[in-house]
Amino acid sequence: MRRTRFGIAAAGVLLAGMLTACGDAGSDDEGRDVEAKENAADEFDAGTRMKELAEAGKITVGVKYDQPGLGFKGANDDIPSGFDVEIAKLLVADLGIDPADTSVVTYEETISDNREPFLESGKVDLVLASYSITDDRRKVVGQTGPYFVTGQQLLVPADSDVASIDDLKGQEVCSVTGSTSIDRINEAGAKGVGFDSYSECVQKVLDGTVQGMSTDGSILAGYAAENEGQLKVVGDEFSEELIGVGYSKEHPEMCEWINDVLEDSFEDGSWAEAFELTLGPSGVETPDPPQLQDCVA
Amino acid sequence: MSASVLFDAPGPRTVARHRVYNVVAVLLVAAAVAWALWRLYDDGQFEADKWEVFTTPDYVRVLLVDGLLNTLKMAFLAILGAVVLGFVLGVGKLSEHALVRWPAWLVVEFFRAVPVLLLMVFTWYAIGINKDGSPFWAVVIALTLYNGSVLAEVLRAGVLAVPAGQAEAAYAIGMRKTQVMNIILMPQAAKIMLPAIISQCVVALKDTALGIFVTAPGLTFVSKQIYLEFNNRVPTMIVVAALYIVVNLLLTLLASWVQRRYVGEKSPLDLTRVGTMDGGQSTAV
Amino acid sequence: MNAVLDNLDAYFKAFGYTIFLFLVAGVLSTLLGTVLVAMRVGPVAVLRGAAATYVTVVRNTPLVIMFAFFSFAAPIFGIQFKWLQVHVGTFDFTAFFGAAVVSLTLYTSAFVCEGLRAGVNAVPLGQVEAARAIGLPFGGVMSQVVLPQAFRAALPPLASVQIALIKNTSVAAVFGVAEATAQMRTFTNSFSSERFGIFVCFAIGYIVIVEAFSFLATRTERHWRVAL
Repeated sequence: MRRTRFGIAAAGVLLAGMLTACGDAGSDDEGRDVEAKENAADEFDAGTRMKELAEAGKITVGVKYDQPGLGFKGANDDIPSGFDVEIAKLLVADLGIDPADTSVVTYEETISDNREPFLESGKVDLVLASYSITDDRRKVVGQTGPYFVTGQQLLVPADSDVASIDDLKGQEVCSVTGSTSIDRINEAGAKGVGFDSYSECVQKVLDGTVQGMSTDGSILAGYAAENEGQLKVVGDEFSEELIGVGYSKEHPEMCEWINDVLEDSFEDGSWAEAFELTLGPSGVETPDPPQLQDCVA
Repeated sequence: MSASVLFDAPGPRTVARHRVYNVVAVLLVAAAVAWALWRLYDDGQFEADKWEVFTTPDYVRVLLVDGLLNTLKMAFLAILGAVVLGFVLGVGKLSEHALVRWPAWLVVEFFRAVPVLLLMVFTWYAIGINKDGSPFWAVVIALTLYNGSVLAEVLRAGVLAVPAGQAEAAYAIGMRKTQVMNIILMPQAAKIMLPAIISQCVVALKDTALGIFVTAPGLTFVSKQIYLEFNNRVPTMIVVAALYIVVNLLLTLLASWVQRRYVGEKSPLDLTRVGTMDGGQSTAV
Repeated sequence: MNAVLDNLDAYFKAFGYTIFLFLVAGVLSTLLGTVLVAMRVGPVAVLRGAAATYVTVVRNTPLVIMFAFFSFAAPIFGIQFKWLQVHVGTFDFTAFFGAAVVSLTLYTSAFVCEGLRAGVNAVPLGQVEAARAIGLPFGGVMSQVVLPQAFRAALPPLASVQIALIKNTSVAAVFGVAEATAQMRTFTNSFSSERFGIFVCFAIGYIVIVEAFSFLATRTERHWRVAL
């Protein structure tokens, strides 16, 4: 019967905890307001995927949920926030769909493992989830852009002597299990150790278990800003990651459309505005918009 | 307490020595707990803003509805499926036809030997990515396959544990094979199996925690959202672990009640055994 | 399949980590589980309570949370395993391996304790009474008479606890150990077109380890049963 009492006591403690003064945690920043384009369906040729989506008025976009600054969804948020999401909103709005209305736009969580399958099966129409353009991925899905160019760098403690990945040859460097970043670390001669997300690696760098972590510089800059005085970004970019938009191979016509929307956003300043709003606060300077790749029809 | 058979009733000197042991042990445990709490406090883990989220109504709702409820749903559906699958596979393994027995054996062995995490990743590739599939169902199906295979084994062992005379007597009075199975063996096997089924519920419930790696909803998923937003990993960990423990303890309580109510205190075999506590429990991990 | 066949060394190395995790945590959890069961049935009330509480808490906590504890909360207590720096061939056993082994050991030992307790219950009364009659103290009764028989009686459940451990090592994948499941995710991401084959290859790897261990356990059980 000892268990009975333990259980009741535990439940009691929990309940008491909940009944004590209600807290008021959480913030509400909703990102940019992007207006849906009117009569968008008229602008697309019949038979294209864009026409179908615009007429249906519904779309599903794959984004990250766990990367503050790029794609992040708090437990109490309606829609995710971040740079990837802002670009996604522009694309969605161009189809005449209100990007803030969750009854017509579904922001599905994608992680490294499910981006290609989701696109192949048509579960998501677009993927904007720090999605590097690679040849192997292009075998199975369509990718275009980039809307963002970044490269892999190192995040180390502020008092560290490490200046580049070469200083960490044979040492452990933290990254995400199964990611492209961890492959690059291994290629550079260091030993990649994998966790579930980058925030966990930050902990491991802070507590000194590893000497550094490595992934895209834009992500690292955010963490360096968050832990100012404790962490710093070092080293040249030892890879070039072209972050692009993923779409299904069955709808190659989407490529031109995506590029057009991106091009417009580069020109009318909404790209830069999105960048400043999401990655700007973490101290990343707004770069020039990247050069878009041509669509191979 | 009633005297254990493992050691003699203590004499006055032993009683005094045990009292010393008790005091030393209490002091050690208390010191360890106090030190741990102090370290956490020193590290700022008890600061109000790390805990405020757990008293904010919106987030408590998220934690209990999006988190706990989904976890319970996944576990419940998985166990329901596992009992059905376990029955089918278990009877299959007991079949006299090799064509039925071997595939059942193969399926059971396969799903018992593959890690649940691996299985989950796979069902998620296979099912979760379909247009109307979801990671929720990927977790349910992975847990159904795994727990079903375990229960199939339990069912087989349960049926084999029914004394052979029972089946022989049933055949002797002219029952057919299915009758023997349904009327004689199954009801008795079910009694033997019940504790194992319930402990499998605890297993399924705990394994739902792995759903986080395939983006399935549930307690761990919500907890990640919370600690990423509020940078309160340790408090979140404590709250989630406490929720899991409470639910599992309630489940265990239910299990022992069901067992007392429908199966009886102990099997007669236990009378000759040694330990003083409440008898051996199933060891499912 | 080609992804795995072309990278067989990575495949075997990953399973090497899985096996090392299993072996080290397996031995340690058996030892700790034995200590726990001795506390659990012993004469000191506080230790009995402590062991029972430990088993109850751990049995009901998901393994992922144990791992998270030793990765993210333990450093607050100064427990970091940074002293662990063993390099054997191409294998590195460092802090992450240490944290994984400790998480797996503490988790598994609770189940070892439960299994062994069932084994202790299965030891015939007369054995213990005889042991006490010849004047053995509690330690002697346990180590000379009860535990050896309890291990034999509890071999099948203990074997399934260890099989569960083999499979549980997969959780270390997201806590810094490059074992089989981590390698599988690396493969499935680098060779997205061959997911199914990669999954089958890794499932087979686990099945081989589990079946080999089951085989050994069954043989030992048969051997011991003859000896009894």
